[in-house]
Amino acid sequence: MPHIALHPDLYGITSLLDFRPEIAAPLCRLTQLLLRGESTMTEAEREMIAAHVSSLNACTFCSSAHTAATCLLPGGKESGIEPMQTDLQALHISDKMKGLLSIATKVQKNGNQVTQHDIDVARASGATDLEIHDTVLIASLFCLYNRYVDGLATLTPSDPEFYTTLGKRITTRGYLMPEDGYDATNYKPNII
Amino acid sequence: MPYIDTNNDIAGIRGLMQFRPDVGIALNQLAQVLLAEEASLSKRDRELIASFVSSRNACTFCMTSHGAIAAHLPGGNQELVEAIWKDYKTAPIDDKLKALLQIAEKVAKGGLHVTQADITAAKEKGGSDLDIHDTVLIAATFCMFNRYVDGLGATTPYDPGFYEIVGRQRAAEGYLTKSVLVKD
Repeated sequence: MPHIALHPDLYGITSLLDFRPEIAAPLCRLTQLLLRGESTMTEAEREMIAAHVSSLNACTFCSSAHTAATCLLPGGKESGIEPMQTDLQALHISDKMKGLLSIATKVQKNGNQVTQHDIDVARASGATDLEIHDTVLIASLFCLYNRYVDGLATLTPSDPEFYTTLGKRITTRGYLMPEDGYDATNYKPNII
Repeated sequence: MPYIDTNNDIAGIRGLMQFRPDVGIALNQLAQVLLAEEASLSKRDRELIASFVSSRNACTFCMTSHGAIAAHLPGGNQELVEAIWKDYKTAPIDDKLKALLQIAEKVAKGGLHVTQADITAAKEKGGSDLDIHDTVLIAATFCMFNRYVDGLGATTPYDPGFYEIVGRQRAAEGYLTKSVLVKD
């Protein structure tokens, strides 16, 4: 049961964006810019940062959704990423992505855990300053989302199909709010 | 000095925003609706939550800036801000705000730390669903801002005069105007 009265047929973050649309609008614009805007990182790489941080924060809803999105995007599935997986060593990814995800790992704990050395390691494997900037901000953004979703105890579906459907939506339609609001799903998923 | 080359010497979060202005605009628009526009909680209380969470995350720049903004809003002052940093349970604020700060403190640790008892306590002290929602989202948003600022090593001024200027400008204008500290 969510801690506040939310739309009963919406789940996770969607139920919150629906609750306070005037705040959802800039939040969605920020997410769209970072995860779908022009970048030298692929969409799969940026979704992977979101999924990794969400797994570290033990946020089942966000970890499942962004892992599904990663796997639906070109180059994502080959990484071997799975929901709630936190071990970077298990992933088949470039050294540059390992460097960036290591920075994201520190950011998840606290911004002041990041050192110049972490930045230098990522740079040495080819990361640019813009990629480092975006990695830190994407990791920080998911520290927001994970707390928002779990801090208000939103409904978390347990069916993998739910996250595949959600992953398809965010990889095709992106993150901007639909003008007529969010549709309720046409089936009732099981809830954790 | 930030860890990355931002091509500017603007202090704090605005130096990072200048590096990626499109993202900077979205971040300021988020701060504006969350903290400066009409809501069930007063602007002072929302800034106090922001400053308190930043203090728990040990983010000196955000805690001092938002503390100064709270101090410049009606009902705010620097002693109150410092009392909340030190121990909100004994600070001179009403029980509703204390209960909301307890939720904010849990959110800073992680969303799963918030319990039904924390929510019930806030509702018993008069916290509405909107108050609780905004408290959780402000706390979560500062868990983002704090990490952005410290994760990239943004410059943190030591001069109290810097925060005095930021506090006065943002309390009066909100977040969408150009900083008076940034030269053209």
